[in-house]
Amino acid sequence: MSTTEKVGAEAGTFVDQRLGSNKWLGKNLKKVFPDHWSFMLGEIALYSFMVVLITGVFLTLFYKPSLVEVVYEGSYVPLKGIYMTEAYATTLDISFDVRGGLLIRQMHHWSALIFVAAISVHLFRVFFTGAFRKPREMNWVIGVGLLVLALGAGFSGYSLPDDLLSGTGLQIARGIAQAIPIIGTWAAFLLFDGQFPGVDFMSRLYMVHILLIPGLIIALITVHLMMVWYQKHTQFPGQGRTNENVVGYPLLPVYMAKAGGFFFIVFGIITMLSGLVNINPVWIFGPYTPDQVTAGTQPDWYIGWLDGALRVMPNWETVAFGFTVSWNILIPAVIIPGIIFTAMAFYPFLEAWATGDKREHHLLDRPRNAPVRTGIGVMSIVFYGLLWLGGGNDLVATTFNLSINAITWFLRIGLFVLPPLAFIITKRTCLSLQRRDREKLLHGYESGRVLRLPHGEFVEVHEPLGNKEKAILMAKLDSEQTPIALPQKTDANGVKNKRYRIEMLRARLSGFYFADTIAPPTLEEIEAGQAHVAHEAALEAPLHEYEETHYVNVPFHGGVLHEEGAPMTNAEALEVTRHKD
Amino acid sequence: MSSDLTPSDSAATGDGPSAELAHGGVRDDRLARPEYSGPGALPLAAIDHTPRRSDLYPKAARRVERQITLMFLLSMLMAVLFVIGYVAIDVGAEIYIPVLGTVGYQNLVLGVTFGLGVFLIGAGAIQWAKKLMPDVEVVQDRHRLQSDPAETVKAHDQYERGKEESGFAAYRIMRRTLIGALALFPIPLVVLVRDMWVNDDPALAGMSPAEILSETAWTGGLRIVIDGSLAPLRPEDIPVGGLVSGLPENIMEIQEETHTLNERGKSAIILVRMDPGDIRAQQGADWDYQGILAYSKICTHVGCPIALYEHRTHHLLCPCHQSTFDLADAGNVIFGPAARRMPQLPITVDEEGFLVAASDFAEPVGASFWERG
Repeated sequence: MSTTEKVGAEAGTFVDQRLGSNKWLGKNLKKVFPDHWSFMLGEIALYSFMVVLITGVFLTLFYKPSLVEVVYEGSYVPLKGIYMTEAYATTLDISFDVRGGLLIRQMHHWSALIFVAAISVHLFRVFFTGAFRKPREMNWVIGVGLLVLALGAGFSGYSLPDDLLSGTGLQIARGIAQAIPIIGTWAAFLLFDGQFPGVDFMSRLYMVHILLIPGLIIALITVHLMMVWYQKHTQFPGQGRTNENVVGYPLLPVYMAKAGGFFFIVFGIITMLSGLVNINPVWIFGPYTPDQVTAGTQPDWYIGWLDGALRVMPNWETVAFGFTVSWNILIPAVIIPGIIFTAMAFYPFLEAWATGDKREHHLLDRPRNAPVRTGIGVMSIVFYGLLWLGGGNDLVATTFNLSINAITWFLRIGLFVLPPLAFIITKRTCLSLQRRDREKLLHGYESGRVLRLPHGEFVEVHEPLGNKEKAILMAKLDSEQTPIALPQKTDANGVKNKRYRIEMLRARLSGFYFADTIAPPTLEEIEAGQAHVAHEAALEAPLHEYEETHYVNVPFHGGVLHEEGAPMTNAEALEVTRHKD
Repeated sequence: MSSDLTPSDSAATGDGPSAELAHGGVRDDRLARPEYSGPGALPLAAIDHTPRRSDLYPKAARRVERQITLMFLLSMLMAVLFVIGYVAIDVGAEIYIPVLGTVGYQNLVLGVTFGLGVFLIGAGAIQWAKKLMPDVEVVQDRHRLQSDPAETVKAHDQYERGKEESGFAAYRIMRRTLIGALALFPIPLVVLVRDMWVNDDPALAGMSPAEILSETAWTGGLRIVIDGSLAPLRPEDIPVGGLVSGLPENIMEIQEETHTLNERGKSAIILVRMDPGDIRAQQGADWDYQGILAYSKICTHVGCPIALYEHRTHHLLCPCHQSTFDLADAGNVIFGPAARRMPQLPITVDEEGFLVAASDFAEPVGASFWERG
């Protein structure tokens, strides 16, 4: 035992005598984590958030959230002597006069962008594999909360430099606040301490950005991870994996080295990216004044869909009894996001209710095995993608030389037409993949080896599935669900079913989820099929040799090489040839 | 692979390694893979497994060790280079790099050295895990998440006991007053929010938010000055087809007095001049001056400043959300999400021939709000 280990052991004993920590360590040091590349998406989110925190602390040393006007005297020549707010001036100082300041600022921005992106992709993974199902619904809700907070963190941070773009973003946010019925005007005045832009808003936003939101994110991440730890991670179906076990690598040493190492990888890539690629060059945009704007204004990528919704919305406004309701702002900026995030948070409960599924799920679904869920997911992504495209409609118009009005109308219609289309295409694709899986289970995989049979027929030889692939495909047998039976209006005794309508709705929804799904073959069918394939492959094996030695010199006489009684099966034909020799 | 298989056993089934190695004879002790059994080991999963080169050949394992060591050494070097870059390179120095263009020299060096240094630690750790730590998967059972019925009964009993002992159910009025008190106690926290804004501006004394939003600095006779130079304007300064951004002449005094840009955000205007024959409609009779029209610069959608003007069609386009207004037709909306027309400022000239406002806007400028009507 080395000296370091001795010191460590002593410290461990110290803590154990006071907290009984060895009990916990004994249980958890070898805790098993399943391995799959997609499980690291959440890790990227966690690690990029850690980079955000580290770099953010550094930035607070130099940044002043003040809208007091000062004259810039820093070393960025084009803005020298110009009036600007202290917030913008200190951002310029960080970028030009603090050594390494630009690097840290760019790391902060890059890691924030990656944070939101990683959350989004992690969310896709969790959704499409059904990892949100019982017992993990609560963790899904926390995840949705984290996504919303991440958007808030991103937007509030984007607004702090007080450059021309970020100030315009705040102006838009203020316009949205004002559009809220009844309380909107007052809420905007309270938040901004009066009119826009005022002088107090930046320090308030700063508090939100560096205290309120990060505090909530840290709290929710802690709960998120503790729940993952306690409930144990889900795993994909595969060899040796069941709903009751967890198969993978132990925390000590493998997972600790991999996950710990991956933190440094994420940290390192963000740092190199920030050294090599400029992000948010606020000095180019200039200081904010409420009467200046640049063409082609774009928010950070994750706000693009909201901006797009604002852009494609028709200009509806209602004035009644002396009050104004701005549907043109309310619907895209408040109602649609509200519906989207609410529906997202409730989805696990909706699906469980609609399908009547009360089981615990620790084995993930392959997306193809849940065609309707996968369809809903792709549909949502298409909807989001169209809104996002709308956020860049001016860039699309100038880049591809299109009419902005035409793009806007395309999106207005497309938002209703294309998502359902995406749903249908996705669902059909999933069902086709299910059919292929069924074929594979029954007949093995296509080996790519084409044989010409003695009677002239060409066949492709099928080979039995490997153990690993077979285990993955077999998972469908356990996860298979069938639609709930339609309810009866009256029971056997003629008593009216009071819950008929709600049960009918549920049965219909359940049918929507499962009616079209391709039933997997039974165990017997699979065994018979695989045995057949194995037998067939064994029969065909000698043919290779046979072909090379004998058939090469068989003269072609214009007819097909087969005996009477054709057509024969592959195996029969071989038997006949063999007997002839 | 059976669950009790060790790497040495798997070596025996592989075709590469020598027989001695398979029996553990020539293994380098320092690099010997541990057995997957003994105290602290978990049962192996029943998964087909192929041993790695580093499991089979001590040489391969040592090569991996050298690779990883090199990564860690380079990482240390990067930390040193970072400090050198921090001290030696001027913060303002620039350098030309193909593909990247002209970039900050120090930022580049700091980013690459710091990033690479950190990255190499991660790469080394992962390589270590992938090549030298066991790559056989192990199994653990999942525990039941739901409590045992006995535990649930216990919790239920304790809850009932507590309810009983507290008298929460029995003392009805006391319970209800407690709930009432708890419901009211956050009221101070809500009330305290009220003073986030207090109307203490003497110029706006007694005005509600809606009233403040409804008026600007413009009054009859106030000169229009050019945004930037702040010089007053004569009609002949604006050619037909031209566009000028304007502000009230007292804008700087207001800004110095209030220390805010609030007024700029409300009273900014654009002046366009068109052939008087092209003007199809205005918001008031003769609000133009010889074909010069003044409109608010602040979009009626969510308040972005607008300056994209196409003089041939007289269309004004908002760069934020592409609302389009026709300035020849009373500033009406012809496309996009804005619902209201651009407010027009009536203008004329004073006795010295400078353009002035004839009055304030007749309707609120900027984004809509509830009380606007």
